[in-house]
Amino acid sequence: MRGQLKTRRRREKAAFASIRFASFLVLAALGGIILFLVVHGIGAMSWGFLTDFPRDSMTKGGIFPAIVGTLLLTLGAILVALPLGVASAIYLSEYAKEGKTLTIVRLGIQNLAGVPSVVFGLFGLAFFVVFFGMGTSIMAGSFTLGLLILPVVIGASEEALRQVPATFREASLALGATRWQTIRKVVLPAALPGILTGSILGIGRAAGETAPIMFTAATFYALHLPSSVFDPVMALPYHVFVLATAGTHIDETRPLQYGTVLVLMALVLGLDFVAIAVRARMRRKKRW
Amino acid sequence: MVEESSGRPIIEVIHLDFYYGDVRALKDVTMEIKARRVTALIGPSGCGKSTFLRLLNRMNDLIPGTRVQGSVMFDGMDLYSDAVDPVEIRRKIGMVFQKPNPFPKSIYNNVAYGPRLTGTGSRDELDEIVVRALKSAALWDEVKDILDRSAMELSGGQQQRLCIARALAMEPEVLLMDEPTSALDPIATAHIEELLKELKKRYTVIIVTHNMQQAARVSDETAFFFMGELVEMGPTERIFTRPLVERTEHYITGRFG
Repeated sequence: MRGQLKTRRRREKAAFASIRFASFLVLAALGGIILFLVVHGIGAMSWGFLTDFPRDSMTKGGIFPAIVGTLLLTLGAILVALPLGVASAIYLSEYAKEGKTLTIVRLGIQNLAGVPSVVFGLFGLAFFVVFFGMGTSIMAGSFTLGLLILPVVIGASEEALRQVPATFREASLALGATRWQTIRKVVLPAALPGILTGSILGIGRAAGETAPIMFTAATFYALHLPSSVFDPVMALPYHVFVLATAGTHIDETRPLQYGTVLVLMALVLGLDFVAIAVRARMRRKKRW
Repeated sequence: MVEESSGRPIIEVIHLDFYYGDVRALKDVTMEIKARRVTALIGPSGCGKSTFLRLLNRMNDLIPGTRVQGSVMFDGMDLYSDAVDPVEIRRKIGMVFQKPNPFPKSIYNNVAYGPRLTGTGSRDELDEIVVRALKSAALWDEVKDILDRSAMELSGGQQQRLCIARALAMEPEVLLMDEPTSALDPIATAHIEELLKELKKRYTVIIVTHNMQQAARVSDETAFFFMGELVEMGPTERIFTRPLVERTEHYITGRFG
C-alpha cells in the first residue's frame, strides 16, 4: 500500500513537472524570437529607418512606404471585415434558428478559418484583381485580407453579443421595441467594445500575412506613397520576403531585414497590447 | 372562484392554458383584472404566477417551444389573435422586472428610450416626458442634477425606480411588476410600495410577489395560484382574513410555501 502511494506521488510530480516544462517552453519560444529579433534588428533602428524611402537597391534607407502600406492594408481589411463580420454574427446569434442552415453556415465559417493564406492570395488574384478589375491594389489586398480575418471578426462579435445580458433584451422588448430596434439601440452598443477589441486581436494576423497580398496588393518597390486605393503598396511582410529572397545584395540587406521584422513585430504586438488594455479597462468599468 | 366587486375590468382572461413544451404550466385560468387597482399574484415558487404575468404582454412569445390556448381580452381585443402585434401590446402594457435592468446608458436616455422608439422626436417633448416619468416614479428629486450620468451608478432601489420611470414614459395603461422588490433592501422596498399607492390612481398595476405582507399592504385584489391553477381571487382584505379555500389559508398563514 505504502509503496503504491509513493509511486503515485512520484508519478504526479513527474506529470506536473513536464506540464510546467511544456508551458515554459512556449514562453521561452516567444521570448527567444523577440530576443533574437531585437539583437539582430536593433542595429538597423533609427529615425530615418522609419521615415525614409529605401535607397541603393534596398541596401540603404528606410522602410517608410512599407509601414504606411501595411497600415493602409490593415485598415482596409478592418473596413471590409468589420461590417460583414458583425452583420453575420448578428444573424447567427440573434436571428438564425438552430437547424441545418445554421449548421452549414457555421461549418463554412470554421472552414474559412482553416483555408491556407496562399489560397486566399490566389483567390484574391482571380476574383478581385482580375475578375473585378481592381488590379494589384490596396483595394484588392484589403478585400483579400478582409476575407482572411472574417472568421476571427465573426467569432469575436458572436462572443461579444452573447455576453450582453438577456435582461437588456427583455427590458427593451418589454418597452415595445422590435427585435431590430433592440439590437441596434441596446445590444450592439453594449457589445461594440468587445467586438472591437476581439477583432483587433485578429487583425494582427492581417498585418503580418504575406501570401494574401503578394498577388493582390504588394509591390517590390514604390517611388511614391499610393495616391488612391487602386495603387499598389509596399508592405512590411512582403518587404521582408523580397529582401530575403529576391535582392541582388542579400547579405548587405540582412540588417534591414531584421529591422523590418522587428518593426512588424512591434506593430502587431502593439496592436494586441492596445486591444488587451482597452478590454481590461472596459471589464473594470462595466457592471453587469 | 372569482367574485364580483365594483370596478371596470381592463383585462379579462378566459380559459387560459399555457404549455412549456409538453408541460402544462397554467391550467384553465379565468380572471378579471380591474382598472386602476393593484392586483397581487401570490403563490409558491413554480405555481405559474410569473408565467401568467408574462402572458399579459406576450413576453412568453420570446421563449421557444411554448404554446397558449384560451384568450386574454384587453381593450376589446384578444391579445392572442393573429391580428395583434405583440410590439403594440407591449407599448400599452409595460413591465418591470425582478432584477433592476437599466440600460448601460445615461439616466435620461434610459427614460427616453421608449418614447424615442415611437418617434417622439423633439427635445422639448422628450424633456417633458422624462421629467414627468421620473416624478411619477418618485426619483426626480434624487436624479434631477445627474441626468447625464450612467444609470449603472445608481443604487439598486434607484435603478428599480428608474425602470419604473422608463416603463411609465410610454404612458402604458397597465404596469406588470414581477417581484419588483425581491432584489432590494427594506428601505428601497418601502419606497416602491409607497409609489404603488400613487401609481394606481392612474395605472392598473399587477404585481407578482413572494412576500405575503407586501401583497396585503399594497394590493386591492389578490389572486392565489397553486400548481398552475388559479385557486382563489378576491379583495385582498377578504383573501387574507376569510379565504374561501383551505389551501389559500394554509399558504397565507405560512403552513407551506
